[in-house]
Amino acid sequence: MAEFRMPSLGADMETGTLVEWLVKPGDRVKRGDIIASVETQKGLFEVECFDDGIMGEPLVQAGQTVAVGTVLALIQGEGAAATPSEPPPSAVESPKAPKPEPAPAVPPPVTATPTAPSERILCSPVARKRAQELGIELSLLRGSGPNGAIQLSDVEQAAQASGRSTSERTAPSPSSTAQEGMRQAIAVAMSRSNREIPHYYLETEIDMSRPLAWLERENLKRPIRERILPAVLLLKATAKALVEIPELNGYWLDDRLQMSKAIHIGFAIAIRDGGLFTPAIHNVDQLSLSELMRALGDLIERSRTGRLRSSEMTDATMTLTNIGDLGVKTVFGVIYPPQVALVAFGRIMERPWAENGMLGVRRCVTATLSADHRATDGHRGSQFLDALNRHLQNPEEL
Amino acid sequence: MTNDELKKVIFQNLALIAPECDPTELRPADNIRETLDIDSYGFLQLLVGVSEATGVEIPEADYAQVFTLEGMINYLSQHMG
Repeated sequence: MAEFRMPSLGADMETGTLVEWLVKPGDRVKRGDIIASVETQKGLFEVECFDDGIMGEPLVQAGQTVAVGTVLALIQGEGAAATPSEPPPSAVESPKAPKPEPAPAVPPPVTATPTAPSERILCSPVARKRAQELGIELSLLRGSGPNGAIQLSDVEQAAQASGRSTSERTAPSPSSTAQEGMRQAIAVAMSRSNREIPHYYLETEIDMSRPLAWLERENLKRPIRERILPAVLLLKATAKALVEIPELNGYWLDDRLQMSKAIHIGFAIAIRDGGLFTPAIHNVDQLSLSELMRALGDLIERSRTGRLRSSEMTDATMTLTNIGDLGVKTVFGVIYPPQVALVAFGRIMERPWAENGMLGVRRCVTATLSADHRATDGHRGSQFLDALNRHLQNPEEL
Repeated sequence: MTNDELKKVIFQNLALIAPECDPTELRPADNIRETLDIDSYGFLQLLVGVSEATGVEIPEADYAQVFTLEGMINYLSQHMG
């Protein structure tokens, strides 16, 4: 019999609220199935189970907030009775240093349709929170967001239409609770990072002319819906460089570096209401550029509609931020513990470039590696940046 | 489509990408991405939506022509059949 517990969806999470059970007692579940949704400070997530079996009676009901590690339900092995045969364990103390869940041996396909029932409501985390504050039934709303997802504005409009004054609320401003929660969650993780991780930084300038020219030719052959963004090249080249420098891919746990064989890259996604997520794209080294583009699009859409999965929030083995997309030249990232490295890219822009005694204008990007000095030294880090550059200069091999 | 209809199509798509923004605040010569804080994925989604509504495929080489509202409207009206 297996215990299905409140997962730790990041170094910053202490408690979570069970929002909804997506399976019934007696249902057959298998590893990787989404069986519950959980709300944390960072929003709403879909939680997968890590065992095969038959779902038991829930020990925690929808609406209850419990500590990380609390048993939510028991999952009976195949052939066993569907009801728990022993008294349910009560709240379990939360582990001090939540370990990332082991990567599934067979990762769920990134484009798979979620197994959630069709009556589930697509809703942004902030909108869900706000609807709860205002006592508005989500199922009565029509969403104006992607795939009909309910947005904060839909909730506010519904509140006004129903005559509910949006100023009559316990919270001081719309979505402030969700935003404060997100801020708090980031504060905890980043403080821990700065306290515990001795960062070192290495920076290099990469000539992007060749990869971008190749990408433009490639995109000319594609319908607009299938075009690939430069970020996808950066992701794939990072994964290939990590294959060569595995010491940057993994965790610092129990006072030692624990490298990961799988390469799951956390991709920083800014949330328009404020804050950010860094959900993982699984097995980046094994995806083609088209698959990677689809995976990235899928992740961005779901991060905006509150449908990220628990595994995506826990099993990134390194993080990539492309925040420079919006303007800055250089980004010095803060590592997300217990990971040991983060690579950051600035904006791709034209710069003077000297080569073979000639000065020319090239499209360049600044890549910065932040790495944990407990796990690696600068020499290894610089080899990573060299490898990254080398892979980007051979885009047809990516 | 008239220019006003094109503008409406663009605004509808912007509302999906940046729901909290008011696109009517966008002035014709403003850079859409910078003004509404839209990342490259969001901008691609805008182009996908607009191109599906109008039938105009905007090649990457022409992106510089559609960075502003007036640029995008002009480009679409010139390329529509």
